[in-house]
Amino acid sequence: MESMLHITTLHYLVLGAALFLLGVIGVLTRRNVVIVLMSIELILNAVNLNLVAFSRMWGGLHGQVFAIFVITDAAAEAAVGLGILIAFFRNKETVNIDEVNLLKW
Amino acid sequence: MAPVATPFFFYLLSGIMLIGGILVITRKNPVHSALALIVTLLAQASIYLMLYAPFVAGVQIILYAGGIMVLFLFVIMLVSIDRSMRERQFNSQWIPGIIAATALGGLFMAVFTKGNDIFPEHALPMVENDNTQQIAMKLYGQYMFAFEIASLLLLVAIIGAVVMAKKRI
Amino acid sequence: MGQILDYIKSYLSSSQTPGAAGNMFWVLVYILLVFAGLSVAVIAMNWLERKILAHMQVRLGPMRVGPHGLMQPIADAIKLLLKEDIMPAEADGLIFWVAPFVVVLAAFTTFVVVPFGPTHAITDMNIGILFMLGVSSLSVLGIVMAGWASNSHYPLIGALRSSAQMVSYEVAMGLAVVSAILMTSLNAEGTGTLSMIGIVQAQLAQGEWFIFKFFPLGLIAFFIFAVAMVAETNRAPFDLAEAESELTAGFHTEYSGFRWSLFFLAEYSAMIAVSSIAVTLWLGGWLRPFPNFLNNSTWDLVFSLFPGVTFLLFAAMCFYNALRMPKHPLFRVQTIGLAGFGVVLGLIGLVLFIPAVSVRIQDIFWFSAKVAGFMYLYIWYRGTFPRYRFDQLMRMGWKVLLPMGLGVLILTASVALLQQKLWHQ
Repeated sequence: MESMLHITTLHYLVLGAALFLLGVIGVLTRRNVVIVLMSIELILNAVNLNLVAFSRMWGGLHGQVFAIFVITDAAAEAAVGLGILIAFFRNKETVNIDEVNLLKW
Repeated sequence: MAPVATPFFFYLLSGIMLIGGILVITRKNPVHSALALIVTLLAQASIYLMLYAPFVAGVQIILYAGGIMVLFLFVIMLVSIDRSMRERQFNSQWIPGIIAATALGGLFMAVFTKGNDIFPEHALPMVENDNTQQIAMKLYGQYMFAFEIASLLLLVAIIGAVVMAKKRI
Repeated sequence: MGQILDYIKSYLSSSQTPGAAGNMFWVLVYILLVFAGLSVAVIAMNWLERKILAHMQVRLGPMRVGPHGLMQPIADAIKLLLKEDIMPAEADGLIFWVAPFVVVLAAFTTFVVVPFGPTHAITDMNIGILFMLGVSSLSVLGIVMAGWASNSHYPLIGALRSSAQMVSYEVAMGLAVVSAILMTSLNAEGTGTLSMIGIVQAQLAQGEWFIFKFFPLGLIAFFIFAVAMVAETNRAPFDLAEAESELTAGFHTEYSGFRWSLFFLAEYSAMIAVSSIAVTLWLGGWLRPFPNFLNNSTWDLVFSLFPGVTFLLFAAMCFYNALRMPKHPLFRVQTIGLAGFGVVLGLIGLVLFIPAVSVRIQDIFWFSAKVAGFMYLYIWYRGTFPRYRFDQLMRMGWKVLLPMGLGVLILTASVALLQQKLWHQ
């Protein structure tokens, strides 16, 4: 109980890991491309949480700077991913990821 | 001032985040998923505030909740979601997926229980007052090159998105 | 009991905002005060907008309810609260229900950091301006939710337009804000600030409002912001999201009664919020005109008279109009009402002449006066500009304002760097 009430870095890491797992499950099991992309955002956020928690632990700001870089990456990823999604929807009239099978034979 | 990192807020916010995350991956309607994800992101911004990272929290609110998620909602409204909502929601490989995720979770648990003493108990003191200025110093000093590359990445992303989404160029 | 009193009193000697001092009682008091002031401002705006628009179009505007329609906003509020609350059958219930609250919450939360004076803010944040921009950008989520959840075509198109518009203009707005923040770093240490109070203090220290800084760079940045903020609040001439001639009412077509009034409240609060950003960043926030130049005790006295004189002028206007009222007995109640309103305003004005009050109220007065100027501009735009077409709007945002913002940012940075170099020699 004592360890429950005293918030340490480990608590944040466990939270980050849980979010990461949720994201992984979403990416692996969902069929809707939009939700898969959102699960990727969840994964990136879990990483960010860890970075900021470590930055707090060591008292430096490198983790926070990296978190900002990860957010930049997420923005780029979302823009390109949604662009691909729109192109895909225009060709196939669906957002179902199982039907992306042109390269599969 | 009283300590900010009170356990109550940590558990409240992490509860919100986890429930939001579960809703994201289980909802049938992508709009509901996106809204759940926004709640998760805002709760995470609050957790950043608890970790003495106000600038990252502000960037999180502006970029994620105000920018990226609006983009998501915009695209969800552009594509027709009626058909995909009537279909099966989980793909055929969901059993291997769950197994892989569980294995990953087990790995995390092992690392965290074994590595309990790797992480120091007490966080080092950190000043909150000039957080933004300090981050700017780091970003435009030590990480200047990475910063430039990030801007290049964004340029590539813009061009890529336009090429992908435009019918005729 | 004594402890609580001590706790309450302990703030009075502090020279910080209640949030920064960590005094929860005064935080609560300030929140209530800001909320009350905001509600009064929205009610006043409702009446003023109708009156001013009417006079611009050579009409009278509301005249029936109360003298010169002064009770019209209250009548409207009662009407809205009594209306039936309709929810479309095919609507997404939860989201439809939550959307107005999201919009209102986003509009009100921004006021946490608005500095009405050096100590008159709910709190002062290290990331103040970032927080304001971020939270005010959340209101677009509420609009999208409302438009989508209505499950109807016009609201959906309105929401799509609104989200595209707000995301586009946020970029130009951010660039303009950055160039103003850059100016705060022009001091001996060379470190700027994002705190709203810090930005105004930087203007005081540099002896110049940022609108005049590096003329015309500050002015151009201000202009970009002033255009972008109209687009950001979905007001005419950029009110495509609720263009009544094309989309009936845009994203809130399906809303009625209380929920609709929440959207109304949020729109006007958002207007006040972005205006206070503009006032804080470029127009010196709570500073009175020429705080460094005319700073002897005579001028202090002269400027401290302004709040009282303003209210006395309002009172005089009421009396004048009461005299002009038709002398018919049917108008007697209205005449007495108007004169009574004038008496109330005059008494407030007289109270504001007491030195102890006027010292405390002065900052708030100057801030509100500047924001009121912006509110008038909003109404003026609505009365005079024709609505933009959507492609014109997008072209304006991405091809005019964005390059202008980038250019101003680069030029400001170069000039600031040059000045800093000269300084250190």
